Amino acid sequence: MREYEKSNEMAIEFDGHPSNEAFARVAVAAFCTQLNPTLEEVADLKTALSEAITNAIIHGYEGQVHKIRIECEIRGNAISVAVIDRGKGIENIEEAMQPMFTTKPEMERSGMGFVFMEAFMDQVQVESRPGEGTAVRMKKVIGGQA
Amino acid sequence: MEQLYQIEGVNLTVRMPTELDHLGAERIKKETDYYLENYHIQHIIFDFQKTDFMDSSGIGVVAGRYRLLNLRGGSVEAVHVSERIDKIFHLSGMHKIMEIHREEKKDERV
Repeated sequence: MREYEKSNEMAIEFDGHPSNEAFARVAVAAFCTQLNPTLEEVADLKTALSEAITNAIIHGYEGQVHKIRIECEIRGNAISVAVIDRGKGIENIEEAMQPMFTTKPEMERSGMGFVFMEAFMDQVQVESRPGEGTAVRMKKVIGGQA
Repeated sequence: MEQLYQIEGVNLTVRMPTELDHLGAERIKKETDYYLENYHIQHIIFDFQKTDFMDSSGIGVVAGRYRLLNLRGGSVEAVHVSERIDKIFHLSGMHKIMEIHREEKKDERV
């Protein structure tokens, strides 16, 4: 099979409990290994994913435990990861993505979540509707920079 | 069991967990603040020797403790910081407010 024909999908759904964050990171990292990522690339993916899941738990569901869905797709040498919640949604996406912006300073959230997602992934797209939920879609080309 | 918190004079050393994510950060925050409330601490040394993973929750912990100690005229520093974690500190601008000491690390695990 040629590289560009390679395509593979995976989805997981789990309770948005903080202790499941490590599980989700490892699951996505394991799925990604078929692209032979470097340790750095795996770390990038895990950090970005961790930010999106933490956001879903803390902001989307505000600490209540509901389902979080992760959809992964490998196409060619790129991995796409979507983190989807059915929480309260984001009123102003542009504002939410600003460095140091946080609605929860009392929880000592650093406001760096989206900054890290954008720093460690090649593409970050956010779809959200207040009251309906949020989907963060990220993409990273593996083996992009030698 | 290994000592995770060590007090020497006004210095508190905190050994950071392997995974410093949302969950790990909440625990460290709570425990560190117990020492800050009950002892006269002026300086915190966050030791990242064992830390393989950190996200922005870790930045929240360190920046939050920095703010608390800054009010008392104290400071924080990070030691045994891997290249990866150093990068995350830099992205967050933490190197401007604290000392960060790198460590040429052991084998990094995935």
